[in-house]
Amino acid sequence: MEASLDFATRYGSDFLRGLGYTLYVSALGSAIGIAIGFLIALLRGLTIRPVQWLCRAYIEALRGTPILIQLFLIYYAGPSYGLTLDAVTVGIVGLGIYGGAYFAEIFRSGFLSVPKGQVEAARILGFSSAQILWRIKVPQMLVLIIPPVVNQLIILLKESAVLSIITVPELTKVTERIVNETFAIAGPYLAMAFIYWGVIETVSRLGTRLERKFTRYL
Amino acid sequence: MHLNFDAVVGNVDALARGAWMTLLVSLLSIAIGMCGGLTLSFILLSKRAIPRQIGRTYISFFRGTPLLGQLLLAYYFLPGIIGVDLPPLAAAIGALALNTTAFQAEIYRGGLLAIAPGQFEAARILGITVWQARRRILIPQMMRLVLPSLLNETISIVKSSSLVSVIAVTELLRVSQGLVAVTFRPTEIYLAAAAVYLLINLMLAQLGRISERHLSRHV
Repeated sequence: MEASLDFATRYGSDFLRGLGYTLYVSALGSAIGIAIGFLIALLRGLTIRPVQWLCRAYIEALRGTPILIQLFLIYYAGPSYGLTLDAVTVGIVGLGIYGGAYFAEIFRSGFLSVPKGQVEAARILGFSSAQILWRIKVPQMLVLIIPPVVNQLIILLKESAVLSIITVPELTKVTERIVNETFAIAGPYLAMAFIYWGVIETVSRLGTRLERKFTRYL
Repeated sequence: MHLNFDAVVGNVDALARGAWMTLLVSLLSIAIGMCGGLTLSFILLSKRAIPRQIGRTYISFFRGTPLLGQLLLAYYFLPGIIGVDLPPLAAAIGALALNTTAFQAEIYRGGLLAIAPGQFEAARILGITVWQARRRILIPQMMRLVLPSLLNETISIVKSSSLVSVIAVTELLRVSQGLVAVTFRPTEIYLAAAAVYLLINLMLAQLGRISERHLSRHV
């Protein structure tokens, strides 16, 4: 027990820095993912066949393959095509591209659950397409999709651990380094698991509170 | 740089062996997780508070930490507790199975809650034992309800099984990494591996649709 407390005080700041990186890459990756997902959901609404095929192919390919392979393709195959990025950037972009496929499906189901009659009524009342999108569809959809979005944010936060394999200095990578330096295995990995657990429980509780706040009037 | 798939064609047998290992690891984990998940789901629905709390904590831990962390803990930490060195394959299947147990338990719990409680009560009054009622009445109906979720979980485990490459289990991704190191063709090899994963998952999804139709034919 003494030994484990020792590493906690000696490496506390390293753990914190790792956690900072984990939160940073997950937050930026999620933001990119949400942007991609929203764009795809809008494109699929255009009912142009080839565009729809492309969107579907993107979603199927990204959801049907492990994120680790997607990261390897960007990180190791990218340079052959003049795409040389540092590990952190690859991590953020990779998380974003991967998450985008999932967010696209979430947004799509959100759009589908806005009653059609509302859109028709708005059109008859002279709303433009942009107004229908931003004033009627998006505000209602945003409330409906809070639970799956929070869920997806948590999944991306957990997936960010995989970025340690391409040497992003996030929590898992930092822990691996501490393990290598101290030869203590159990303590650091357990500490890491508890840090993730705490963060993810917190995000999930915040999500529940957010959901309750916004669905009050539904 | 032009794509040249010679490196893939020349190593098809190695990739196939990797794909086989991926399937083996994933399906074994899902099967073990099915037993664990069913047990855990009944614990979650039991009237006793302490087992229920333990079950909830188990699920919270395995759903609240990254699988990679669980895998590293299983590989490096478990041997210290049980006193035996785990071979990578056992650690990999163990970690994936413990992980999917948590996710499957939640799936089964939802399915069990969707079955009218009157059925179980009626079975008990008719003299059917608790175990018989679970095995013959609750589980068969619940399985039909949860099949789509269960297939999603299987697909997710097939994808996650790529992580066990970090503890040197020679599944598809590990084999691909080895081939890349020899052939210097990351694009082609990784694209081929991605295609294999995609193929496995599309087949699983198709299988799900077929069995769903089959299981709901009398409903």
